Amino acid sequence: MFIKQLSVFIENQEGRLEEVLDVLKQEEVSIISLSLADTSEYGLLRMITSNPEAGQKALKEKGFAAMLTDVLAVKLSHQVGKLQEVLSHVCKAGLNVEYMYALSNKDNEASIICKISNGDEAAELLKSKEVELYSQDDIMKIFC
Amino acid sequence: MIWAKEETMSRDEIEALQLERLKETVTRVYEKVMPYRRKMEEAGVKPADIQTLKDLSRLPFVTKQDMRDNYPFGLFAVPKDDLVRIHASSGTTGKPTVVGYTKKDLDVWTECVSRIAAMGGATSKDVAQICFGYGMFTGALGLHFGLENIGAALVPSSTGNTEKQIMYMKDFGTTLLVATPSYALRIGEVAHQMGIDPRKDLKVKIGLVGSELLTEAMRTEMHKLWGEDMLVTSNYGMSELMGPGVSGECEYLCGMHVNEDFFIPEIINPKTGEVLPPGEKGELVITCIYKEALPLIRYRTKDVTRLIYEPCKCGRTTVRMENLDGRTDDMLKIRGVNVFPSQIEEVLLGIDEIGPHYEIIVTRKNHSDILEIRVELVEPVDAYRKLEALEKKIKQKLRIVLGLDAKIRLESPNTLQRFEGKAQRVKDLRKEV
Repeated sequence: MFIKQLSVFIENQEGRLEEVLDVLKQEEVSIISLSLADTSEYGLLRMITSNPEAGQKALKEKGFAAMLTDVLAVKLSHQVGKLQEVLSHVCKAGLNVEYMYALSNKDNEASIICKISNGDEAAELLKSKEVELYSQDDIMKIFC
Repeated sequence: MIWAKEETMSRDEIEALQLERLKETVTRVYEKVMPYRRKMEEAGVKPADIQTLKDLSRLPFVTKQDMRDNYPFGLFAVPKDDLVRIHASSGTTGKPTVVGYTKKDLDVWTECVSRIAAMGGATSKDVAQICFGYGMFTGALGLHFGLENIGAALVPSSTGNTEKQIMYMKDFGTTLLVATPSYALRIGEVAHQMGIDPRKDLKVKIGLVGSELLTEAMRTEMHKLWGEDMLVTSNYGMSELMGPGVSGECEYLCGMHVNEDFFIPEIINPKTGEVLPPGEKGELVITCIYKEALPLIRYRTKDVTRLIYEPCKCGRTTVRMENLDGRTDDMLKIRGVNVFPSQIEEVLLGIDEIGPHYEIIVTRKNHSDILEIRVELVEPVDAYRKLEALEKKIKQKLRIVLGLDAKIRLESPNTLQRFEGKAQRVKDLRKEV
């Protein structure tokens, strides 16, 4: 029900992001989706990849602070109000969205990655509301 | 103006007085301060062996480590009941260095500061604004009582809120400023930004700066901001010895006159401990010969300077010490506060999320020192709020120990330089001004 997000700490310095991407390229890890904010001192590069474990291992060996985080990949159809509908369940249950970014936008789909304060509870809740969640296998099949 | 007759005694008179006071101090310390008595016994020297000033070199040194080993009151020569004031300054690690004063010590301190303030041009007509941080730091209260004793009107405005400081200066007609050289420059700069030209709009004509090295470049900059006619003098002291008041510059700006009836300065080779001939540069060692509570004998200041014995044009005969020329240890002065890299290291090692490697970078921007510390994040983090919380935690712990705010720079593991020999973890990038 969860998928593994690869999170890497990077200093806001010329070339640092490229170095991370180069490590993943050497390891033949494909990036399916990513998020990076424009903070001043440092950033967290969050990625959904074809092989998060291999990516983390390679990055650690190259001296990066990289870790895996459980996140939810929520399948949404590309219609007005769909994301709001999901979030209304989350809000009513008193849960918080820590961060969120787009996963895919193809055909009639607008799926998202999100990290919710209490992951297990959130996953159960969404399942009970018949919200579809992608597994790591699904991600591989669909996007790689 | 020469404040005391002791400042113009002949060399013979000064030395006779010094010897008498040295003998009395050594005898008293031998009787009352057990850790120092043991040092004397180990060195095989007794109070009776001190027959001339030259014999001073037979006595063992006292270091900051001794202060630490005997924290808080172990080196005091009076019972705690006799103390009327306790101050503290940074230790090299962990506990601070504690100093105490009897009623008489405070009177002597006031006398010493009155002399150096008078050397710097202070009179009873001055309105003296003290922009040193009040508190455990000896600077502010030292200057406070010394200037009050002269009869100046005191404005104890402390540090911070620079715009308000300038308002006081303007409205109260402040004529004398006490601050660190860098803060004095900062105030001048802020005044200009506020549309106030200190050269015309303020009456400040005397700057007594201390607690931090005043370079000639800074003095020139002071004149640019505050006016060519401002008399900017530096003064020297440290809490272990008393606080400010050990020495100060007169209007001829040719070294700081030491209050020799209270302190005996020596210059040693910091490696061998051997006393160097007059005029040679080395580590300054000071013996307090007129103190009750904490009469330190041969205290190693770690400051590098040279002594000038020729009488000065001002009429004073007291020995002068040249402006400091660095340190024999790694102590940094940041915004007037003593900072030892070991203090920072101790804090950083106590935080699990970061690694044991670090780099301390000191820069100066707008005349204010900036302390930045680079550390490596060893425990990966996946949320900004956790990074912020970690930064905040490091900052708070450092603030408790240093009394200063530092900027924390988190970096990836293995980004900081590794050293095989002695680590060079401090980069002091401050230019002269």
